[in-house]
Amino acid sequence: MSWVGDNSALIWEQLREHLYLALIPMVLGLLISLPLGYVATRFSWLANPLVALGGVLYSLPSIALFIVLPAILGTQILSPVNIIVALTIYAVSLLIRNVIDGLRSVPEEVLQAAVSVGYGTLRRVLTVDLPIAIPVIFTGLRVVTVANISMVSVGAIIGIGGFGELFTTGFQQDFLTPIVVGVVLSLALALVCDIALVGLQRLLTPWARVISPLKEATT
Amino acid sequence: MIEFEDVTKRYPDGTVAVDNLSLRIPSHQITVFVGPSGCGKTTSLRMINRTIERTSGTISIDGEDINSKDAVTLRRGIGYVIQNAGLFPHKTVVENVATVPKLLGWDKRKARSTAMELLERVGLDLKLAERYPAQLSGGQQQRVGVARALAADPIIMLMDEPFSAVDPIVRNQLQEELLRLQRDIGKTIVFVTHDIDEAIKLGDHVAVLRVGGKLAQFAPPAELLANPVDEFVENFIGKDRGYRALTFVTAEELRLTDVPAELTRAEDGSPKGWVNGSGELEPVGATFQRGDSLRAALDAVLTSPVGKGVCVDESGKAVGVVEYAALAEAFRP
Repeated sequence: MSWVGDNSALIWEQLREHLYLALIPMVLGLLISLPLGYVATRFSWLANPLVALGGVLYSLPSIALFIVLPAILGTQILSPVNIIVALTIYAVSLLIRNVIDGLRSVPEEVLQAAVSVGYGTLRRVLTVDLPIAIPVIFTGLRVVTVANISMVSVGAIIGIGGFGELFTTGFQQDFLTPIVVGVVLSLALALVCDIALVGLQRLLTPWARVISPLKEATT
Repeated sequence: MIEFEDVTKRYPDGTVAVDNLSLRIPSHQITVFVGPSGCGKTTSLRMINRTIERTSGTISIDGEDINSKDAVTLRRGIGYVIQNAGLFPHKTVVENVATVPKLLGWDKRKARSTAMELLERVGLDLKLAERYPAQLSGGQQQRVGVARALAADPIIMLMDEPFSAVDPIVRNQLQEELLRLQRDIGKTIVFVTHDIDEAIKLGDHVAVLRVGGKLAQFAPPAELLANPVDEFVENFIGKDRGYRALTFVTAEELRLTDVPAELTRAEDGSPKGWVNGSGELEPVGATFQRGDSLRAALDAVLTSPVGKGVCVDESGKAVGVVEYAALAEAFRP
């Protein structure tokens, strides 16, 4: 424990970096997936290729991506941009399916009613389609967030990896404590972020947790 | 008045959904589009608010072409009720009803108070106003759907099979309430159904469409029952059209005879039962009032144990009886 005390400044710095590296790609991934997913529901022939492409991208090994990206992007090999871009690619490749499924979960009669009462397209998408798609999108968002938090550590291989650096330190010094601390903190961070997302979802979708009473025939 | 002039809807694959439809939908009345599936009734309805664009022909509302303003503005001025209500699941009941006023930019408080008034008007318990649609029964949801359609006080309300997904008892209630509501609000209602009985019950005018989107007959229900133009309409109306046509003839002219002694009455004059040969009391059967239809009078005769239908007044007092012979006179054209 005294090791933690001695290194608390370093650990805080790594926490900040870890959160930053995990959450920025999550937000970017969402911002990219939403319009992409909407386009795929408008032009439904796009949906399957996009989801398939997502699957392929997700299967790329992260280490390979971290190393190849600087060559493609022209960034420094030690730039955090590499990690952010790589994790954003993973986020989009997972989220695209959820955004498409979420938008498709809007019942046809609800869409038709929205158009018929006089919603314009943009307003409908933002205030009707999107809110109704939230539960499905959040399912993907939770997976992405936890996966990102775990993958950030891999970045330690190229020198930027939040808590991952605790693992490299531990291995280099043949010293177990930082490794254990790194594992525990990563797990705790993933758990806290997941709980925060669940809380946010509940806040955004009060309608989704109403207890539907037995639909009595009395009217 | 909504006027269709030579309106055709042809899909890119060549299917003709509506074929050269011309008709005038009178204001402040209920006009029902009815026909088998594939007859283009929903397509015709949805061309009015341009959620489906016609291929050719014109549709005008009170003389103004519906294409003279943009589709979104047009739709905000036309109420729309859909099967299964199509309520927004993420909005409360009162927010659902206030949708169009909000789209029109009304002040929040006014939108809300209007929504509450309408909920009351369609007979929904105001305690349900803050609930979400999933917490309501099918019949309640459909009432909210009607309230939402009426919220911005449109002159036209389009109803696309609104009651077809609820059970028959609730459907009957909703139909009665729509007729009651319409007596107060006098909207121009266009109603789509595949159920000819519903069409006959609700419609001031009924447009019968045949597969391929051709108008077969456009007439008030009584005339439809009395004079179907062809075999298709006749078959579509069904076998007992003669009997059902009695719904549209009042019992006003019916010759009544005095209440016979065998009919025991309560102190207030309401019928209690028929005394039979062995002195026992048998049930009265159905009763009818002067303002009811001949169908109600016939029903009273058929359900009476002695073949005499009891006519009562507003207060329930027996004022006379009708016998087979008098009915037969009334049936004769």
